[in-house]
Amino acid sequence: MPPPDTWRDTGWAPSAVERERAAYRRRRTVRSAGVSALSTLVVVGVATGLLVTSPGWPRVHETYFKWDKAVSSFPAVLTGLWLNLRIMLICAVLIAAFGLLIAVLRTLRGPVFFPLRLFGTAYVDLFRGLPLILVLLLLGYGAPALGLSGVPKSMLFWGCVALVLSYSAYVAEVFRAGIESIHPSQRAAARSLGLTYGQTLRHVVLPQAVRRVVPPLMNDLVSLQKDSGLVSILGITDAIQAARIQTSSDFNYTPYVVAGVLFICLTIPMARFTDWVARRQGFQGTGGHL
Amino acid sequence: MSDLRKSFGSHVVLRDVSLTVERGECVVLIGASGSGKSTLLRCINLLEPIDDGVIRLEGEDITDPRVSADGVRGRMGIVFQAYNLFPHLSVIDNITLAPRRVHKVPRSEARVRGMAALARVGLQDKAAARPDDLSGGQQQRVAIARALVNDPVVMLLDEVTSALDPELVGEVLDLLRELKAEGMTMILNTHEMGFARQVADEVCFLSEGRILESGPPASVLGAPREPRTRQFLSRLQEQ
Repeated sequence: MPPPDTWRDTGWAPSAVERERAAYRRRRTVRSAGVSALSTLVVVGVATGLLVTSPGWPRVHETYFKWDKAVSSFPAVLTGLWLNLRIMLICAVLIAAFGLLIAVLRTLRGPVFFPLRLFGTAYVDLFRGLPLILVLLLLGYGAPALGLSGVPKSMLFWGCVALVLSYSAYVAEVFRAGIESIHPSQRAAARSLGLTYGQTLRHVVLPQAVRRVVPPLMNDLVSLQKDSGLVSILGITDAIQAARIQTSSDFNYTPYVVAGVLFICLTIPMARFTDWVARRQGFQGTGGHL
Repeated sequence: MSDLRKSFGSHVVLRDVSLTVERGECVVLIGASGSGKSTLLRCINLLEPIDDGVIRLEGEDITDPRVSADGVRGRMGIVFQAYNLFPHLSVIDNITLAPRRVHKVPRSEARVRGMAALARVGLQDKAAARPDDLSGGQQQRVAIARALVNDPVVMLLDEVTSALDPELVGEVLDLLRELKAEGMTMILNTHEMGFARQVADEVCFLSEGRILESGPPASVLGAPREPRTRQFLSRLQEQ
């Protein structure tokens, strides 16, 4: 039975049979909600019980979950997190642009473009293969050491460069998968209308390809958000570095937990947003027939 | 089925649809695109939840939420316009998937039954082929075999020839004629009026979600009462 506001002025009202069915469905919904609430409670209860009765719990509690330490370290960690957020936002834009460029380079056809294709492929191979942490260390300490004039010496700058270089390689592959998933008939249709290769790419292929890969890209964005914490190894005072400074005075690791919780608080809305985008995509699906 | 109603959002697709199909009968639904023919078949197969009304299969109210939809679907066979074969499975695996996984038939027996169903549609030599290697008509015959293998009490056929090249339509229609001759209960929708005239016990003309006119093919197709039916049929003849 559809909701009453869709009955509109069709003069339709549900029959007795349908009303009885709707009542049964409602009862069933209530019952299953009750069952799921109960089972969740039992699972959480058992897990909590196991944790707090374990022999080392008092010590772990003292070192990782000390409330006043959490409160005292919170402002510093939060300030650090703001830097993480800014790094993430700026890098995301650069990564999207650079990744798309690499993807397009890799899909170019014809012998003229061989060097560009080669560059794209080599780039992706290199930066997907290199651990991000190595790129960070090499660029963060290596690039400023060159002492070239005009090259920024800021660790933050080079940390961001490392993130962009590494992530662009992954994102380029996602974009390329999207581009290649567009059926050749779309290109044929566009070319038959007289559009050039570039126009076809720009107006027909890319709009569809990008739309199709938004959900996996959002996944990479969530991942980038966490990995922005890796710049802390260059001594940049982000959330993790701020937590480390707080722990070094008394070897109480609660600030790390605080940082962890804050990162999760950032990621969860992003993850739900990703789900929402993916679900909305489903409705515009290009899949099979009914 | 009685007083069936179905809407998508505020758009009412089916209203006050009542229809009785006797065992061994063949009912043909005709009507323009968007008149609700396909939706009706999908509702009968419980692929679409209905807003109101009752559908009975062998006397049992299958639209009751207490009834297992999977169990009901196991007693019906449905064939789609676009075949909907599983491209990653061979022909025989397409056919034996449901017997093995749903009806828990042992592999060897499922194979025997699958081969019998394939022989029924005249494709026993294609058992190992992939759906993509077959012609459209062959694929649709495999889809029919896949629906037949569960011994359905009723077959629902949704424009099964619409996606086929004209020269391939015949082989599928021949198969359906044979099924009808064997006493299979069928509800189908089609644009093949000649075929409808031959096999139908009853023809229903749907327009804007209602059964506007129904009866034996000679009267509905031969001497339609409703102006809308006449209009529809004359447009078809122009083609």
